[in-house]
Amino acid sequence: MIEIRNVSKRFGAFRALDDVSLDVDRGSLTAVLGPSGSGKSTLLRIVAGLEQPDSGEIRLAGEDATAIAPQKRGVGFVFQHYAAFKHMTVRDNVAFGLKVRKQPRAAITARVDELLQLVQLQGFGHRYPAQLSGGQRQRMALARALAPEPSVLLLDEPFGALDARVRTELRAWLRKLHDETHTTTVFVTHDQQEALEIADSVVVMNEGRVEQVAGPRELYDTPATEFVMTFVGEAVRFDGELVRPHELEVALDAAPGAREAQVERIVQLGFETRCELTLDDGSRVAVQMTRTHAAELELEPGQIVLVRRPGVGIGSELPNVVG
Amino acid sequence: MRRYGLRGVAVLYLVAVLLGPLAMVFYRAFERGLHPLWASLTDPNTIHAFKLTLEITAIAVPVNTVFGVVCALAIVRHRFPGAGIVNAIVDLPLALSPVVVGLMLFLLYGRSGWFGALFQDHGIQILFATPSMVIATVFVSLPFVAREVVPTLRELGDEQEQAAHTLGASAWQTFWRVTLPSVRWAVVYGVVLTTARCLGEYGAVAVVSGRVEGKTETATLRVQDYYENFNQAGAYGIAIVLAAISVIVLLAMTLLRPVESR
Repeated sequence: MIEIRNVSKRFGAFRALDDVSLDVDRGSLTAVLGPSGSGKSTLLRIVAGLEQPDSGEIRLAGEDATAIAPQKRGVGFVFQHYAAFKHMTVRDNVAFGLKVRKQPRAAITARVDELLQLVQLQGFGHRYPAQLSGGQRQRMALARALAPEPSVLLLDEPFGALDARVRTELRAWLRKLHDETHTTTVFVTHDQQEALEIADSVVVMNEGRVEQVAGPRELYDTPATEFVMTFVGEAVRFDGELVRPHELEVALDAAPGAREAQVERIVQLGFETRCELTLDDGSRVAVQMTRTHAAELELEPGQIVLVRRPGVGIGSELPNVVG
Repeated sequence: MRRYGLRGVAVLYLVAVLLGPLAMVFYRAFERGLHPLWASLTDPNTIHAFKLTLEITAIAVPVNTVFGVVCALAIVRHRFPGAGIVNAIVDLPLALSPVVVGLMLFLLYGRSGWFGALFQDHGIQILFATPSMVIATVFVSLPFVAREVVPTLRELGDEQEQAAHTLGASAWQTFWRVTLPSVRWAVVYGVVLTTARCLGEYGAVAVVSGRVEGKTETATLRVQDYYENFNQAGAYGIAIVLAAISVIVLLAMTLLRPVESR
């Protein structure tokens, strides 16, 4: 549906995108995940036509769209800071894309009603954006983007400006919305949890390049690069290899392959307990365990314990991990 | 205490430089009763002067409003080489004395000026006629709309415009439906300032008009005329009418403006 071919983009001396190619399937919900400055937003803006690539090609529905103006791409775009039309009511905001297309008034009214229902803003139609909460504004922006029935919906850090609780709510709601509308959707985020939780497919970007494209589970279990391993989920270095904190084990008795370590800090993370330790060579690791197991060990800061990696070999199953 | 002190200073200052003289103008206008005042104001030449001032204002304000908005859009939205220079040039009329502006026009449109001969050959009178007065007024009142709109546009950012584009709006539609409504109060305020400046323009117009009574005499020139001829009631009377028009324009803007954006 969306084909990105060898797209590069520079801003002055800064290389925002470096020969990026990517396919997004029709009807999928794709997350583009990366730290700030990784080029993820630039990529999205290029797909929407808000930026022009220096080289490369964007194809939408099989047609070259690189030279097509954003007005004619049939793409809906949702901005991080809503970009609400402040001088218009919620209704007029949602109706905007239909009004500029000069659709008949009755059709516009019906479509706006339907959309306000969809984003649960019925009854808010006559308010102004300033009278809405952040979450409501973003839902309005979504309804506005969906109004002209775009073939592609692009969201640039859509929940980035919202507080944690609203963010979690809207996340689940976006997934539900996608399951109902099946609009090909791409959203950009720096929040790995957001990406892993709702996307069918996650594109990990770093320094203007695509590191890996995979499903959430595959991404976590078989990261293609060291960057993906450290960026998606937590990773610590143990015996020169990157491992997940839950793959390590704290023991009190001697065992093969175990190393001495001093407990620095013990953190309760809901059901899990995280123990931060300093190894004998001075490097730091974190070990994640169940609360019950932590209680059995009776760990205390300052205590000397042993750390080992029970299933040695898991790390070597990651083919491309640079140790 | 300190707060009251500051307020006291502000109020005193206003009284000394603004309200005091204004009150004096009122006092002097009515000093000898209504009759001489009324006679001066209804003098055909005075009425012509007011008409001329309003005529010039009615041309200069729309011209500068369109120019100001276009100019602000160019400075803020389109990064082109020389945008900084354009930005500075817009302020030029504020820095130049109106008399200098008048002399510049004199040199351009005078008999030996660059354009003077050209227009004269076609029988078009620029100097000592309405055209030169309009040009002079347009020049001195040029910066106000742009000056008001530029910061508002900057603060607004271009995200709403981008959103409009992705929703299918053309550049034209985006301007009328999104950009202009978003900066409308800055435009209105700029228009008010421009209007006030046009009504009060004296120096540049004085140089280019020739000051012919009943022909090229504007209201402010008429004030000077009356004053020089010892008709104080008339001079102050016109001054009051000019001030009243400005106040009405200001009030109209304040009242039109919705409560939340005041």
